[in-house]
Amino acid sequence: MSETSKAVRVGIEGVFYSLTHVPDLVRYGSKPSREIRANPSLVEELSRKLRSFADATAYAPHQVFIGNMTPDELSRLPKPWYDNLLERALPKGAFGDVVEQESFYGLLSQADQFNLVSLCEPWFWDRMTKPGEAARLRLKSFAEVESLVRKGALPLYSGDKLVGAFEPGHTEDANLTAEVLLENLAAKVTAAHSLRALLDSLRLNPGEVDYVISCSEEAVGDRYNRGGGNLAKAIAEDVGCENASGSDTKAFCAGPLYAMIHGASLIQSGVCNRVAIVAGGSLAKLGMKFESHLKKGIPILEDVLGGFAVILGPAKAGEACLRLDSTAFHPVRAGGSPQAMAEFLAEKPLAKRGMKLIDVDRYAVELHNPEITVPSGSGDVPRTNYLTLAALAFMRGQIKKDQMEDFVRGRGMVGYAPTQGHIPSAIVYLGHALDALRNREIKNALFISKGSLFLGRMTQLSDGCSFLVERNED
Amino acid sequence: MLKGKKVIAIGERDGVPGPVIAECLGGAGLEVIFQVTECFV
Repeated sequence: MSETSKAVRVGIEGVFYSLTHVPDLVRYGSKPSREIRANPSLVEELSRKLRSFADATAYAPHQVFIGNMTPDELSRLPKPWYDNLLERALPKGAFGDVVEQESFYGLLSQADQFNLVSLCEPWFWDRMTKPGEAARLRLKSFAEVESLVRKGALPLYSGDKLVGAFEPGHTEDANLTAEVLLENLAAKVTAAHSLRALLDSLRLNPGEVDYVISCSEEAVGDRYNRGGGNLAKAIAEDVGCENASGSDTKAFCAGPLYAMIHGASLIQSGVCNRVAIVAGGSLAKLGMKFESHLKKGIPILEDVLGGFAVILGPAKAGEACLRLDSTAFHPVRAGGSPQAMAEFLAEKPLAKRGMKLIDVDRYAVELHNPEITVPSGSGDVPRTNYLTLAALAFMRGQIKKDQMEDFVRGRGMVGYAPTQGHIPSAIVYLGHALDALRNREIKNALFISKGSLFLGRMTQLSDGCSFLVERNED
Repeated sequence: MLKGKKVIAIGERDGVPGPVIAECLGGAGLEVIFQVTECFV
């Protein structure tokens, strides 16, 4: 295999993923809230199909997400996975965790600097585990919380019990309603939790991070600056990265890979020494497919907020690295067909490095869990993407037609991520890729993400970017 | 048979985009009154 230009490598020090189980926030997802407004009795129907924390933890795709099981192991398990829960599953994984709703409410309250979140005092004291936890919280009597809800605050539930309230940030600004601010604060705390856990696992001091890039999906801002942004700096502050600044990188679901490329470029250029790439969960996407799940008697599987954090630094010998010189973008001229995507994000950048499609050991694409998407008619997204890559390899004479299925199985993988938009978009595989590179099970992985720009009605274009991850053998 | 018929074209991000459907159907003499590409994940 020949290389046509010099390798440019940036180190990947580690990654951590979180899944925050928030069954009682599913009703505030975009789709459920619209349907419940039209038909309030849906709340009860929805509530009956919500999962417990134990069931969400024992759900095999979640165990893959946090690193306790590989995607290949998942593909060998009997389906449906929601009916075949794992025994003795733990909420802590090799590179991730599942967080309980009660802890999340506590984090939400601690991260609130504008008196938005109030929690019921008796409920809180029943659950307090550490002295001093109440120091920064707004605790109120049940009657006070009820009164806030009557005045327009968003109720926070634990099962059917009212346990808190989320107030609007402004009486007139549509960008500072309780619904919008709950989404934004949820993204902040789920990203911050992932970064805090990653720094702990790497034994790094938060002060050692120079820059934080958030690729969360939320539009943080007011009516004069809708989507003004820099959630990254709020996350940096929450985690105690006192020497860091930050900024946001947004590109629909392609955001995380762009953020990785930007972060790696800051390091390669010498501007920064250590960069954190972070994202919090998308509350709007909770329960997105709930109607078809209810219709088919499936539990509500979109009941978790995703989150992740990656630390990038200078490349080290023998460690995993991002090949910055392999970066590819989907240019305006390319067209949005799946074949054009595969050509510009896989074939052409590989060819530039003297590589063929069959020289990549593993492809990370959008790894949506098919158990969530197939019942709603949205298909098996990763499989569709892998078939496109396999078809291209066949068209270029790199494999025979009867080898396409082997290509899909061997170089692809089963989807296991909840439909959280940016989170499933290739980046979710990084933890497994680092393990597989460390164990020499693979020599490289190509990360490919796509962004549905047309959803914002500013262009008909799609978008995407890609890069190779490999072991630094220099 | 379809010439002059009005069409709403809904494309899919991982399949055929809306503008491509509109281009094909428009070329075949159909009137595309609305086209959009959706993302279902």
